[in-house]
Amino acid sequence: MNLSLAQQKKRKTTYSYLALIPFLVFFLFPLYWMLLTSFKQDSEITSLKGIPLIINSAPTLDHYKFILFETRYVQWFWNSFQIAAVVTIITMVVSVLGAYAISRLRFFGSRHFGVGIFCTYLVPPALLFIPFYKVVGLLGLLNTKWCLLFLYPTLTVPFCTWILIGYFTAIPKALDEAAFVDGATYIQMLTRVFLPVAAPGLIAATLFAFTVSWAQFLYPLAFIYRDEEKVLTNGIYTTLIRGDVYFWGELMAGALLASVPVVILFAFLMDYYIAGLTRGSIK
Amino acid sequence: MVTIASTVNGRSTPGIFRKLRSRRYAAYWMVLPLVILIAGLVVYPFVYSVWLSFENKAETKFVGWQNYKRLLKYDTFWLVTGNSFRFTLTAVFFKATLGLILALILNNLPMRGQRLWRGVSLIPWVMPLALSSMGWWWIFEPTHSAINWIIVQLGGTNKPWLSEPYWARAACIVTNIWYGTPFFMIMYLAGLKSIPESLYEAAQIDGATALQRFKYVTFPMLSKLISITVMFSTIVTFANFDIVRILTRGGPRYTTHLFGTYAFSIGIDGGHLPRGSAVALFMLPVLAVAAFIILRNIARGEE
Repeated sequence: MNLSLAQQKKRKTTYSYLALIPFLVFFLFPLYWMLLTSFKQDSEITSLKGIPLIINSAPTLDHYKFILFETRYVQWFWNSFQIAAVVTIITMVVSVLGAYAISRLRFFGSRHFGVGIFCTYLVPPALLFIPFYKVVGLLGLLNTKWCLLFLYPTLTVPFCTWILIGYFTAIPKALDEAAFVDGATYIQMLTRVFLPVAAPGLIAATLFAFTVSWAQFLYPLAFIYRDEEKVLTNGIYTTLIRGDVYFWGELMAGALLASVPVVILFAFLMDYYIAGLTRGSIK
Repeated sequence: MVTIASTVNGRSTPGIFRKLRSRRYAAYWMVLPLVILIAGLVVYPFVYSVWLSFENKAETKFVGWQNYKRLLKYDTFWLVTGNSFRFTLTAVFFKATLGLILALILNNLPMRGQRLWRGVSLIPWVMPLALSSMGWWWIFEPTHSAINWIIVQLGGTNKPWLSEPYWARAACIVTNIWYGTPFFMIMYLAGLKSIPESLYEAAQIDGATALQRFKYVTFPMLSKLISITVMFSTIVTFANFDIVRILTRGGPRYTTHLFGTYAFSIGIDGGHLPRGSAVALFMLPVLAVAAFIILRNIARGEE
């Protein structure tokens, strides 16, 4: 075969797109199916007639109306948002200060800190929720959403600190010296030099903290049983599932709506997140 | 030292030393919240869970290794152990393989399309797992839902998803592969971009085929990254909770339970916190080995 270089390239691209199709079908089918179900009438969901991969009878908004007006869905949404926002703020303050101190200000043990932070991965939520059950109970926070404010940072802070250490260490030392010559204090150096220069890292860490808090399921499921205190994940799971077979439409509507904020955030900020995630292990 | 410094500087408190000292103190103040958080909310609960696992159900008496010994005698516990390993090994293998294939495909696309489809491929990983698991739960519903309808259209028969051990395990693993493949893809894709183009050119001049270029250039260059990513995913997959809890709740008859969900069902649902603690602590050796391998790889990269 005597194909020109351009033709070869074009061919390679075409084959690559073809090979991509099965992956996209696999990745997107569940979303399509959830979306479809959320607009189908109950009678159609439970009917065995027709092709289930399309909407055969008239689409309906009933499921969305139901979850928005006849359940505490809006309350859970607000709870999820409050918790995720406050946890993100806590996480960023703790991580920025910690990462700055570890990467720039040498102190006793600072070199081993990275390893120590990494070791927190040895203690996943699936292990910690049992002692937390006792601790949360002792603090009288069982059955309130506020317990999540101190549980979630255990998931977000280690990773965010680790990302930020990477970004801060990459800032040239010459900038510190220039700032010191100008008489800057440590805090000024952090706010005037480090934070602006490491802005992409800050965005990545913020996004991580928010999405992890939004998505957590185990802790709310274990500690919050009162409907008005629930967040989206456990609220949908424990409340929308009723004893009959007709709950699928509402369940799918609820799960999709709850995913929207996270997906939108990623649509805009994904590049920062990917950069933050991959830079540590590539170099 | 202070006196020497002060005579040199001609000042009572030498600037350089004050700066050093304040620098140290500033550092301590800044890491304090981080230390309190990790010590108070990770280390302390961990130690507490070890302590708890040595108590009786009412938490009134120290019973030594009894919870562990009991567990080792339960068939269910060994079933859960087998499940956890099977789930993790199968899922991680498929995620690592599919992720690599997907990354190679995406890397071949022109830049514009690559960015778009990379973003679309990340959706399963971006979506909160508990919520997408609910979608999968519905997909696997045997009579009214999609999978069985498609299988029947293709000439197969209805499968008892979620109600027979083999199919229920398969369902959990498929969901995990769906969720985790994009993570591997994103790591590999970044790795592929870091391989210098000159290596491929050299290989091409030497007459290497596409397969040889993969075998002798791409794979060796990625091996460290692959090992880090696989171990990282092993930790997360082994400690997974959301998928099994939502799809099967560990059923039918405990055949899909993982350590995490089993600990939850004993500790929270069954009210036996000490034994739940013991179950969860059985995860530790695997997590420790995986974390050790990651740390060793990262440290080697820094040399």
